[in-house]
Formats: sequence, structure tokens, C-alpha cells
Amino acid sequence: MMIRPKKSRRGEKIIETVLLACGMLSILTTVGIIGVLLFETIGFFKEVSIIEFLTGKEWTPLFVKKHFGVLPLVAGTALTSAIAILVAGPLGILTAIFLSEYAPARLRQTLKPILEILAGVPTIVYGYFALLFVTPLLKKLIPDLGGFNALSPGIVMGIMIVPLVSSLSEDAMYAVPRGLRDAAYALGSSRLQTAWQVVVPAAFSGITASFVIAISRAIGETMLVAIAAGQMPNLTFNPLVPIETMTTYIVQISLGDTPTGTLGFRTIFAVGMLLFLSTFALNLIGDFMRQRFRERYE
Amino acid sequence: MISTDRTRKLLIRQKLGDGVFQVVAVVGIVIALATLAALIIDALVDGLPRIDWKFLTSFPSRKPAEAGIFSALVGSVYLIALTAVVAVPIGVAAAVYLEEYTNQSSRLSRIIEVNVANLAGVPSIIYGLLGLELFVRAMRLDRSLLAGALTLALLVLPIVIIASREAIRAVPSTIREAAYALGATQWETTRDHVLPLAFPGILTGIILAVSRAIGETAPLITIGALTYVAFVPDGLLSPFTALPIQIFNWVSRPQHGFHINAAAGIVVLLAVTLLLNALAIFLRNRYQKQYQ
Repeated sequence: MMIRPKKSRRGEKIIETVLLACGMLSILTTVGIIGVLLFETIGFFKEVSIIEFLTGKEWTPLFVKKHFGVLPLVAGTALTSAIAILVAGPLGILTAIFLSEYAPARLRQTLKPILEILAGVPTIVYGYFALLFVTPLLKKLIPDLGGFNALSPGIVMGIMIVPLVSSLSEDAMYAVPRGLRDAAYALGSSRLQTAWQVVVPAAFSGITASFVIAISRAIGETMLVAIAAGQMPNLTFNPLVPIETMTTYIVQISLGDTPTGTLGFRTIFAVGMLLFLSTFALNLIGDFMRQRFRERYE
Repeated sequence: MISTDRTRKLLIRQKLGDGVFQVVAVVGIVIALATLAALIIDALVDGLPRIDWKFLTSFPSRKPAEAGIFSALVGSVYLIALTAVVAVPIGVAAAVYLEEYTNQSSRLSRIIEVNVANLAGVPSIIYGLLGLELFVRAMRLDRSLLAGALTLALLVLPIVIIASREAIRAVPSTIREAAYALGATQWETTRDHVLPLAFPGILTGIILAVSRAIGETAPLITIGALTYVAFVPDGLLSPFTALPIQIFNWVSRPQHGFHINAAAGIVVLLAVTLLLNALAIFLRNRYQKQYQ
């Protein structure tokens, strides 16, 4: 039986209330985010039709002839995120399989903290690197490449989220019961066969979750694309030309002198709402998949 | 009957497959690590020669060779100190409440838990939008140090809460029961026994939160932190700039001289964040071993 504490002394109740209030603050933060975005977005949609916003192909909110079609920003975000996941997915899975199935314990113990420390590099540093190192390098291979483009920040973002994909995938593979591996080995499988035909399928929902969470991270990434991808709302899937992502647009308006309370100012909240909803949905799906995976084995 | 020849061929094929995969995997990991190494070396080569005492103690300037990071550095130090002062007590208190005061399966505690996990995944620029409306406009703090610190505090709160909860959970329940058995109240037990034992883990979370806050740029730009500040903040409501914002400003300019300054700023920023992260991870690994 558990020994319960006394709660009789004075002050105990006050302390508990204070602690509860601190816990509730996190809920208030969420309420605040949703409230603020909703408030300004509703103001925005009083003046701009939601159909135009979601289906329009031109984004020129600050021009004399205003268009509020968000698709160019969505396309820009989708493009950089897709390139990032094309880089991070294969590299992340390779790293995860290698670390969980092949690497000797000592190599694992050295590599994991290195990856973790590198995960702390501020994204503005990656932006500098993409703009002034990777883009000039890629230009030697692809002469048509613009000074701002989706390709270079996409690739750098991919490298940046490799640790995220690999550590979440590795956790999932690590949770696969040893018995499954032993059974595969007993039937004469090699390590590679065991990894690909037993461990990866068994950890599939966890690996998919790591992809979903990585995509969410890529969509919300700001400084890297703001520095290296350009500020040109461009409805294109050509990775060689300047584009603009949703996050970059918010940065661009914040740096400019758009007066607060105007329609132009409200656009950043409408774009922010779209950004919040997409990352929120992806995070929920990712968490759900991880949860399901855990229930199956524990 | 199985022919030994076929078995041998099969084994050779398996070994070959294993070998090829290992080579591919190692090449992949080396590519990723080499890129990261290139990033750090690139910044060091460009920026390190630029760093001297004058660079650290000069205000920004229109001439790249005379510009320095003094106002940005001081701004960052104030900003981070203020962020920690707000986020650490609230985050630790929330963690204590969730671990010590509620039933783990209670509805409220589950809602808060899911909520904290979700907040950790919200893009940082969204916190900037929240800070802009709530602190800059509604509370009329303007584009001040305080508005920036409160925004960053909300941003790193999930990191502090999650790390503190893990640390508190790792304290064996026998410690609590021993304290209760001797007549300690719940708060006395928490304050005198649980928190001191959980301290290294909580500290790890605090360091990670601080390191994250130092590098954050997007939310500060969104709340309207200035990019050109030739003075040191003189109070909570003073306008400010921070190191990553100064770097962003320099990167965005076309002149090569400013790019060198950006690289030098990055070297300073990297040195601080990587050292803090290494310290946090070292502390955590040591602490984990203690309990195992």
C-alpha cells in the first residue's frame, strides 16, 4: 500500500494551487495561439473570400492590384519540404538501421551524442550555409540555378532533420522485441534480411511517424528558407528558381513597415493559421502512429 | 538433400548483401556528418579571423570593417536571462504538479500532457505571432526586451516541463514514502527530497531550453525586434536586438564584408550553443548512469 502524505499544514493548499496554475499556463498558451490566429483570421476573411484565399494562384497582398491566393506560398513550402524529406528520409533510415542493427555499442554511444549536439545548431546558421556555401557549390553543377532557390535550402534542411528522423526511427526499431530478430536469425537470415524483412516492417508505424513529424518540422522551418529560398511567391515546382514559403512571408512582412491592424498585416495571421493547422494535424497523426506502435509491443 | 555448394553460395550472397549495405550506410552517415562538418568549418574559416576584441565590443555600423556585435551580444544575454527567469520556475512548477500532485491518469493531467507535447511541435514563428498580438499589442509592451523574453519563455516552456517531468519521475518512490512516513507534508517532501534529487535532470532541461532560446530568430523578428540597434538596452521596456537577428541582418546584405561579419557572429553563436548542448548531454549521460 502507498503511504499518503499529510496535507493538513497551512500553505500546502496554496502551493498546490500555484503549481496547478503553472500547469494550466501551457493550456492557456494553446488557447492564446488559437485565439489570436482565429481572431485575426476572421477579420481577414471578412474582407477576402476564403475561396479566393485557398484556390487563388496569385499572392500580391501588398501590390496596388491585390491578390490573396495562398497557393504560391503553399507550393513554395511543399517544394522545400519535399526536397528536405527526400534527403532526410533515406539518410535517416539508413542511419537508424545501421545504428540499431549493425553498429557496435561503442560506435553507437559516440555517434548518438554527436548527432544530438548537432541538432542544437541554430537554423540561422544553416541558412548562412545554404546561401553562401551550398548554392555557389550547386551553381557549378547546375549553371541555371538562381542565387535564391528551393533546391539548396531544401537539401540543407534535409541534412538538418536527419538526426530527427534517425533518432525517432531508431527508437521504433529498438522497441522491436529481440525474439523476432532471433527467430529470423534462427531461420538463417542475414543481418540485412532481418533488418529489412523483419525489423523495418515491425517498426513501420514508428518509422512513418518519424517521417510525418519531420515533414511537420520542415513546413514550420523559417530562417533557413527565409535566407536562402528567396521572397518570390511563385506557383512552381521548379527547384531552381526563387520561391517564397509561408514562413518566409511572415518574416518578410514583419521586417517591413506594414502598419498593424491593416489587411496587409492580417495576411500574416491567415497564413500563420494555415501553417499552424497543417503542422498541428501532422503532429497529431505522428503522435497517434507512435502511440499505436507502443501499445502493440509493450 | 541440400547441396553444400548451394548453401555456400547463399551464405556468400548474404555476406555480400550485408557488406554492401554497411558500406552504403556508412557512406550515407559520412555524407550527413561531412555536410555538418563543412558547415562548421565554412563558418570558422570565414569568421574566425574577423573575431577580435573590437568586433565583440563595437556597435553595428554601415561600414562592415567597423561593425561589431556588442549591442547584439548584450541584448542576447539580457534576453536569455529574462527568459530563463520566467520559464524555469513556471516550467518546473508545472512538472512538479503533473508528477507529484495529480493522479497520472486523471483527465486534467492527460490533457496537459497532450497539450505540452503538441506545443513542443508548434513552429517557433507561430509563437512570434502570439507574442506580437498578446505582448506587443494587447499588453502594450511594444517591441521591448520584456516582450521578446516572454515570447521566448512560452516557446521553451515545453522543453523545461518535459525534461523536468522525466527527472522527477526518475526519483524512486521509496524516497517519497520515507519522507511521508516521517511526517513530512507533500510540499516538504517535494522541496527537500524530490527536487534536489531531480536537480541534475532539471538542469539538463534548463540548459537545452537556454541553448534553444539563444539561437531563436524567427519569433523575435515577428514581434518586431530591431535589426539595427546602436545602443545597449537600459531597461525591461527598452528596444533590443539579439545575436541571431544581427547575423540575419548581415547575411541579408549583398556586400561581402557583411557576410564575413555574419560568419564571425555565427562562430560566436555556435560556440555558445554547442558548448551548452554538449554540457547538457554530458550531464544527462552521467546522471542516467547513476541510476542504472
